[in-house]
Amino acid sequence: MSTSALILMIVVQVTVTVITGYFFMKVLRSPKKPEPDSYSENDDE
Amino acid sequence: MSSNTDSWGSRVGLILAMAGNAVGLGNFLRFPVQAVQNGGGAFIIPYLVSFVLMGIPLLWVEWGIGRYGGRYGDHSTPFILDNMTKKRLWKYFGVFGIFTNMGVMAYYTYIESWTLTYALKSVKGDFLGMGQEEVTQTFLNYIGSGSDFNFTMVAFIAFLVTLSLNVYILSKGLSGGIEKVAKFAMPLLILFGIFLAIRAVTLGATGVCADCDSHLGMDFLWKPQFDSLTNPKVWLAAAGQIFFTLSVGMGTIHCYASYVRSKDDVALNAMSAGWMNGFVEIVLGSSVVIPIAVGYLGLDWVKDNAGFSMAFQTMPYLFDQFGSILAVLSGLAWFGLLFFAGVTSSLAMGTPWMGFMKDEFDWSSNRSAITLGIIIFFMALPTIFFFDKGVFDEYDYWTGTVSLVIFALAEVILFSWVFGIDNGWEEINRGADMKIPMIFKPIIKYVTPLFILVIFLSSLFKPGNGEMSDWQMAFGNLFSGEAWPWANDSIINQIFHLNTGTVWKDAHGWTDMFYVDMSRFLLIGVFLALVVLVKTASNKRKRDGRIPQMTEE
Repeated sequence: MSTSALILMIVVQVTVTVITGYFFMKVLRSPKKPEPDSYSENDDE
Repeated sequence: MSSNTDSWGSRVGLILAMAGNAVGLGNFLRFPVQAVQNGGGAFIIPYLVSFVLMGIPLLWVEWGIGRYGGRYGDHSTPFILDNMTKKRLWKYFGVFGIFTNMGVMAYYTYIESWTLTYALKSVKGDFLGMGQEEVTQTFLNYIGSGSDFNFTMVAFIAFLVTLSLNVYILSKGLSGGIEKVAKFAMPLLILFGIFLAIRAVTLGATGVCADCDSHLGMDFLWKPQFDSLTNPKVWLAAAGQIFFTLSVGMGTIHCYASYVRSKDDVALNAMSAGWMNGFVEIVLGSSVVIPIAVGYLGLDWVKDNAGFSMAFQTMPYLFDQFGSILAVLSGLAWFGLLFFAGVTSSLAMGTPWMGFMKDEFDWSSNRSAITLGIIIFFMALPTIFFFDKGVFDEYDYWTGTVSLVIFALAEVILFSWVFGIDNGWEEINRGADMKIPMIFKPIIKYVTPLFILVIFLSSLFKPGNGEMSDWQMAFGNLFSGEAWPWANDSIINQIFHLNTGTVWKDAHGWTDMFYVDMSRFLLIGVFLALVVLVKTASNKRKRDGRIPQMTEE
């Protein structure tokens, strides 16, 4: 692979992977909203 | 208020379902082919610019509109849009949000059935030892290609099984059906993608031909050719890919988001699902088909033949080169991945109809799903039986391409200019778990509508091959009184058949154009039937005293 192709591939793929991971982790770490919320698995029994 | 009480089970489930809606066959087939045909690595620049200026704003707009609709008990676009404005005509624009999905689902379910069959064939080892031409012929035989009436019992049964599976899952509702499938299918899809990407990246030079090297394929895919950035064709292709890949302009995002309560986040959810789709497309999608194909068939072959058909007519042959065990595993991973990508998308396409019938006519999930299945069955038949005549492509062009752009343009104008950008901005920020940069407010109001308008007009009037020189020549023709050189795939030419004339019958009987035009009338008929259904629902609402909500004066 040429250097320019390798650099572009690595920069783009790493950036996209990091942003995807960042947003997904942010979702997992966000505090749950008080009931009643949109998600039935959080419902109080 | 409707009796539609469906809900999502968990936030992660919603995001995986939304990402599954976006991740489709196009992530693995359309994206790399578009990149190859439009400047290799430079394609990623207009692609990312389109993502930021059009894709991300549309995601926020659609999530915001959907959640707004859900607040008033609406789960499909006709009455979601109706509640955003005093003008009652907007609900008929909302018909696109059901029509597009039904049109796409009709042919998409058929492709999905191919992936299911091919996954089973791969496991059975049916492709082991086959040559390239034999693999191609196997596919053509499978769909009954080469005769006036494309029918084989095995393909038809596979289609019925796939459609029934979709109907069954849809009848189980959001958390009990779609979400369960997404939670299972999305991680597995990513796992299969990673497996194939590793195989492709580590393949290297195979020695089959002089330029048979997977790294050469990656080089071709990623080497920046910056001169292509001034080519309008490349920009149109990149923006078009963003539409396809994010599933914006369809009505599915609105439907899924309408089950989110007002106080819950949509801004971060939209980013998480949108970037997950980007990961599957940019990281995994670019690392499978093209590198493996170049590894065994060479760069020249890929340049000449890269296209959707490679999925079924080439990949099984390429996997066979890995050796029998890896061939079976790779075939299962590839077609399994495509099946999961397909089914999570087709399920999303079914939900606007389900939401509409449950909201407006108090239908049960079972009844809504079964009627959807019956309609899709009859809509799909022409695409199956007259595949060779071009009916399949005709459905794809109008429902899977043009309708998306029209609806996206309409909704972003409604959101920014009719509903009002201030109301809209407040809506997408309500309950947000992230701070949306203020720069997106003017982008949503001015840049995104303009961006989509340019795409629409360029597609409407596209000359020649859409290159800069074609546009210059077209305008030169115009000023010198000569005819506009319509591209075959320009919307104007598609409507009026300007380049070919309308010929329905010749010495050999009915022409392909006859079948294509008849399928077009069928689609128009479906659209009009949905308009009548929306009108009926509107009258019912009036009788029931359901008055449209409006924004505050």
